[in-house]
Amino acid sequence: MSATRVTRWVAPVLVGVLALVVWQVVVVTADLPPYLLPSPTAIVEQLRQVVPLVWSAALATGANVLVGLLVGAVTAVLAAVVAARSRIVDGLMSPTAAALSVMPIVALAPALNTLFGTTSTTPRRLVVAVVVFAPVFVNTLRGLRQVQPVHRDLMRAYAASSWQVTRTVTVPGALPYLFTGLRIASSTGVIAAVVAEYFGGLQNGLGSRITAAAANSAYARAWAFVLGAILLGLVLYLATAALERAVAHRNGTVPDGT
Amino acid sequence: MTTGRRAARSALWGAAALVLLVVLWEVVKVVVPDTGWHVGEASVLPRTDDVAMPHVWEIVTRIGEPETSATGAPTVLVAMLQACWFTLRVAAAGWVLGVVGGVAVAVVMQRSRIAESALLPWVVLSQTVPLVALAPLVVGWGGRIQLGALEWQKWMSVALIASYLAFFPVAVGMLRGLQSPTTAQVELFRAQAASWSRTLVSLRLPASVPYLLPALRLAAATAVVGAIVAEVSTGTKGGIGRLVIAYAQAASGDPAKPWAAILAAAVLGLVAAGLVTLLGLGLGRYRHAEVS
Amino acid sequence: MSDVTTAPDATGSSPSAVSAGPTPAGPATAVDVRGVSKVFTTKAGTVTALDDIHLTVAAGEFVSLIGPSGCGKSTLLRLIADLDQPTSGELEVFGRSPRVAREAQYYGIAFQQAGLLPWRTVTANVELPLELHGVGRRERAARAAELLALVGLTEFAGHFPHQLSGGMQQRVAIARSLAESPSLLLMDEPFGALDEMTRERMQTELVRLCAESGAAVVFVTHSIPEAVFLSQRVVVMSPRPGRIAQIVPVDLARADERTDDLREDTAFFAAVTAVREALHGGHGADVPTRGVDVR
Repeated sequence: MSATRVTRWVAPVLVGVLALVVWQVVVVTADLPPYLLPSPTAIVEQLRQVVPLVWSAALATGANVLVGLLVGAVTAVLAAVVAARSRIVDGLMSPTAAALSVMPIVALAPALNTLFGTTSTTPRRLVVAVVVFAPVFVNTLRGLRQVQPVHRDLMRAYAASSWQVTRTVTVPGALPYLFTGLRIASSTGVIAAVVAEYFGGLQNGLGSRITAAAANSAYARAWAFVLGAILLGLVLYLATAALERAVAHRNGTVPDGT
Repeated sequence: MTTGRRAARSALWGAAALVLLVVLWEVVKVVVPDTGWHVGEASVLPRTDDVAMPHVWEIVTRIGEPETSATGAPTVLVAMLQACWFTLRVAAAGWVLGVVGGVAVAVVMQRSRIAESALLPWVVLSQTVPLVALAPLVVGWGGRIQLGALEWQKWMSVALIASYLAFFPVAVGMLRGLQSPTTAQVELFRAQAASWSRTLVSLRLPASVPYLLPALRLAAATAVVGAIVAEVSTGTKGGIGRLVIAYAQAASGDPAKPWAAILAAAVLGLVAAGLVTLLGLGLGRYRHAEVS
Repeated sequence: MSDVTTAPDATGSSPSAVSAGPTPAGPATAVDVRGVSKVFTTKAGTVTALDDIHLTVAAGEFVSLIGPSGCGKSTLLRLIADLDQPTSGELEVFGRSPRVAREAQYYGIAFQQAGLLPWRTVTANVELPLELHGVGRRERAARAAELLALVGLTEFAGHFPHQLSGGMQQRVAIARSLAESPSLLLMDEPFGALDEMTRERMQTELVRLCAESGAAVVFVTHSIPEAVFLSQRVVVMSPRPGRIAQIVPVDLARADERTDDLREDTAFFAAVTAVREALHGGHGADVPTRGVDVR
């Protein structure tokens, strides 16, 4: 038992370290030009120099993600609650969400810049909100529909009012699904927030810094900002995954590995 | 209800949603003041003048008109179709690369428990962090690398990034699919002394279809996003990503054009996912319950 | 048809339980089914699940419904519970319509699945019906503690359902069904998913609980020995269309004197044989009983 646990932790760490070492050795021995691939040590060295800048850029992008996530998730949950009760709303929203989930939403960014002004953060937050909407809506709706027949019979046998059913069965049952949607959305949200910056507008986030550094041929520095973006994504993912796990644990269900 | 009729019904509802969106657009245009609405510093509602939000019919008619005033310029529709075709091909190249890689890695992870514990955390992690942020860094490769007789082209950078995004959902979905047979099913094969490859072909691959198809569809969507983002950040010409940017820059003089390009990008995403769905139609009996 | 072998007072009196709660004053008849039919319409056509059923269950009486799959025994239970409506005929529960009886909570119910809410502790699950009907917090807690003691799960009060075995979950569900001291218990194969050992123990417990509470019980089962051990009358049903083939009276010990020894009694075997023969429709005992658990 403990042997498998050790493999589960040691193996990925070993792979990570090995990859870093190989990366370093290859870059140094083959004398790869930085535009192709800077060495890990060069990236860390750059990161050390620009930490305050990475921090402020990560804060700007992170704020965009959080606001977008909040707006998108709240809208999606409300829409799912209405869709669970109304066939018309469900009919309108479900194909829309399915379509949104396969559309390149970032392409909206330049037009949104025109709509809200290029000095506004609203376009990016809106892009994040739209990207977040589909996974949260789909998962929450699935959760709201997941009521087991035996629970439905039970609540009917108790002559429970529809509000009581919602409060005691439907909503608690849907929570794990909502948090699964939120976890998926947090990752796509970060990606959308960073990428939306490639499409112009304010120059204060991680995405703009990456393009700016790359344009100045400061490749190691660009990688340092990429590292910042990765850390931001990781923090949000771990936070939402922890939330999801806590809720799932309370419900006695094992979260699936999507 | 058959799948065909259900799809038709969905499409009908989708069309209704589209009509509703158009109506909403025009209503916003009428109700919201031209300068938008600000709360403190933040703009909450958009500007709604004819430059920011042209009428829907203006966008539609603009699609049929020539792209520029230059003589012999193609219509916006033709330009968009060409751009979409370009992006679709690049995304498809990336998708194929990503799918092959993802399936291969999933099979390796299924075969070896150590490989799974060593690789899976990285695959999952890579899916959750914005690796597409690397796109601008692959710009530098264009025209500077020589792989034997093959000179590295810019579109290859774009396809590489697209493949990158397509890879992860396929690897994860395929692995879940390969691991989906029940213990009883696996033990049945073991009891027949079936080899690993026999079990793979006769049990695990068919069982993975319901998991693989949604992953392929997701991969198609992310490949398109990846291709568009990569086009924008590498400055690759010819694709729809570039067109979105170029039209947006011309927005002040030609406000309907950027919206046409966005429409085209959205349709491209739908077409890519739809093509993959068509691919799954032939596998009907393996996909009794799709797992997304 | 309402010949009652043993009918304890509906307001049964026993120290540990359960003085009857929302007992409607009046008729000594718990359930009265008169000419009830139920037809389901499906894509394949119509299915007559129940055809002209007449059945009376006296207050305090334990009646089992047994029969092969598709004989409509669960459907009949659902009609009594007002979870479905009959196509024709009339039902009364303590002299009222099933709907009124449900809204006034005349009955408690348990299903084959325990149906516990996974995000609630054992205690909170038992409290659920009380909570829904506005019973105060302190009273709820006291009642839940009492019921958990009754089913022997006091030490698991703070556990979540997924931490319990199937048998323990089912005991929680039974405690929940008793929460409001109903005068009628409706049970749809509550022990169907349990192993034989647990099942026999639960049967003994249920007999004791019912004797203490004096509630009438309508109990759906697949198992002949289970039906015989628990019931005063066994209603044998036949499928397609669902009909009552025969009602077998079980003249064994009084409900509160039924113990495990009874299972080895000749009278018990005789009753089992009688029910089995009724199930086979009077043909010899060699006919395989399809769908019936004859363990």
